[in-house]
Amino acid sequence: MKPSIPSAALGLLGLSASLPVWAQDASVNTHKTLTLSLFAVIVGITLMITYWAARRTHSTAEFYAAGRSITGFQNGLAIAGDYLSAASFLGIAGLIALYGYDGFMYSVGFLMAYITVLLLIAEPCRNTGKYTMADILAFRSEPKKVRTVAALSTIIVSTFYLTAQMVGAGSLIKLLIGIPYETSVIIVGIVMLAYVVFGGMLATTWVQIIKAVILIIASFILVLVVWGKYGFSLPGFLNAVVNDPNIQNHVAKLLGDKAAGMSPEELGQRFLEPGLFLKNPIDQLSLGMALVFGTAGLPHILMRFYTVPTARAARTSVIWAMILIGGFYVMTLFLGLGAALNVGPAAIIGIDKGGNMAAPLLAQYVGGGPESMLGNFFLAFVAAVAFATIVAVVAGLVLAAASAMAHDLYVGVIKGEHASAKEQVRAARVATVLVGILAIVIGIAAKGQNVAHLVGLAFAVAASANLPVLLLTLHWKRFNTGGVIAGMLVGATAAIVLVLVSPNMTYPLKVKADAEKVVAEAPARRAALQAQLADPAAAAKAQADLARLDADVKKAEEDIAKVGDKRSSLMGLEKPLFELKNPGIVSIPLGFLAAFIGSLLYRDKRAEEMWDELYVRQNTGIHAE
Amino acid sequence: MASAKPKSGAAGTQKARLNWAAIEADPRFRALHRKKNVFLWGWMIAAVVYYFLLPIGAAYFPGIFNRQVWGPVNVGLLFALSQFVVAWFIAALYSRKAGRDFDPLAQDIAKDSHKFGA
Repeated sequence: MKPSIPSAALGLLGLSASLPVWAQDASVNTHKTLTLSLFAVIVGITLMITYWAARRTHSTAEFYAAGRSITGFQNGLAIAGDYLSAASFLGIAGLIALYGYDGFMYSVGFLMAYITVLLLIAEPCRNTGKYTMADILAFRSEPKKVRTVAALSTIIVSTFYLTAQMVGAGSLIKLLIGIPYETSVIIVGIVMLAYVVFGGMLATTWVQIIKAVILIIASFILVLVVWGKYGFSLPGFLNAVVNDPNIQNHVAKLLGDKAAGMSPEELGQRFLEPGLFLKNPIDQLSLGMALVFGTAGLPHILMRFYTVPTARAARTSVIWAMILIGGFYVMTLFLGLGAALNVGPAAIIGIDKGGNMAAPLLAQYVGGGPESMLGNFFLAFVAAVAFATIVAVVAGLVLAAASAMAHDLYVGVIKGEHASAKEQVRAARVATVLVGILAIVIGIAAKGQNVAHLVGLAFAVAASANLPVLLLTLHWKRFNTGGVIAGMLVGATAAIVLVLVSPNMTYPLKVKADAEKVVAEAPARRAALQAQLADPAAAAKAQADLARLDADVKKAEEDIAKVGDKRSSLMGLEKPLFELKNPGIVSIPLGFLAAFIGSLLYRDKRAEEMWDELYVRQNTGIHAE
Repeated sequence: MASAKPKSGAAGTQKARLNWAAIEADPRFRALHRKKNVFLWGWMIAAVVYYFLLPIGAAYFPGIFNRQVWGPVNVGLLFALSQFVVAWFIAALYSRKAGRDFDPLAQDIAKDSHKFGA
């Protein structure tokens, strides 16, 4: 019996919550102990850093911005650590392992997003802000109104992102080592809270740096082994992919009827061509817009630029981040295709339908497979990297949301900027605890929900609500309070409402129809597979397919029972009103338009009077804090 | 209503008041922001156009994207990889340009800022 796969599969079926996984099989026990020890090492090191950082964190500038003591290179690593979430490491590698070329298109967008950050946002942000996104927006507008709306948008974007991370954390840790979902969410929440509450931005930064380093080293070793086998030849490696029978079979399954008449080589080559995953080109453009314009509006990324001393260091940090993030995303091509080649798409789907286990399984293969000690060590190591990834990203998000609550809402709006230094730091810590508890509660409440679209939505809201008003504040003299408020409210509302009425939501009628189709087609497929059982060459595969078919039918019957008489989605719709999964292509222009019109309809003399100061300061760094 | 007090408590009080309008009108500042705007927006637009050619090409020009040019390596894959090169190229170019042109000019203006008076 393969030791690790059953443990993960048990996690999937939810059995591990009631029955300890290690009770099943002695060899799983070593693997779990190993993983837990590596987790403990990572948590131990990061808590030591937190202790060190806590002794250096007293003022607000230290809590929110690490005393502006981080160098450009360090901040570049930390940005990479903040940005490369489990969704990139596990999710993108999985998409490439299952869909080839289309998965890699995601990787490209995630890097290109940094051009916007580099050219338009990082330096002006560093030159004119202090701790939060609202600092820039409130510079020449009416501070109380603008801080309220900007804080709201920051909290919304960070909470969407946070929810996806917490749900991912719970499911992944459960899948990787069998700790129950709720326990995982609570552990991640508490560890992350320890970093942020005691060590503030300094501890968060170093946790992100360590995580970026181990993530990149782990990926690099995997790529060396996987690609090295082919003498680092790109055509050699891809030839192996094209000629792999498992991949060919998988592509044939994806294509369905369209695969008829294609040779095995053509099927393999098809894996390296677009169109296996992304069907709607407009949806792709829309997603691309959200990535390229949204990253520069993510509050937890913007906040990182306040940790360096100068605008020049902010620029250096984005350039280092681009080198690291770009290098990582190029490696995802080899991680994903390497997993497809060595583990096989069917085996990856067998453990997790979304392909999230592609990278961990590849690590296990590289170490010598499920039977070997080294293989399980590698698997445990990658699991630990994924864990470090989640806590590092979550810490950055919580800090961003907490700073909006404490610095913008409490100090800026409620106290009208009249709060002592001590009060401000206390407010920051209290807000952090509140956001942390909120994250744990939401994480547990959202168990079993499909939250994959929440990351996309966070990017869409950032692109539609935050980026337009940031750019217009920095570049348009006539822009004012009315524009900030209208732009943010319309941009955020448009993105959220469009997702609520989009195909991302669950439509009972469609679920039922799909499930009924599975049930209706099952007898024919079962008969075909049973016929194959007679053939000794195909019997084993047919047996496995039969087992999968039974599981699918059972799942479909459960779905039908669950749907019952329900006819409409959460929003009371029987079918989507808006056909795109990604709202950016509509909501981003709406955000800009509303910001524009809002400004023209509003009179605010201060906005124009302050323009020269803002414009000179953002370009020269005079009076930058 | 529009509040009349300066941006934020602590920041405004410690620092000398400068004549921002005079700095803004200074020919050196005008030259700096004109140069920056041309460079930054020009490359921003170029990068966005280049990036969107990827999903557009993948969706509407499969004939070009699927053409194999180096064993199994097709145009689409090379084009996707070229995006990384382009991003790094723009970053390197900007780093050089800013270090040579923008930073010295900005420092020069900052150094003289108090001469403009309040």
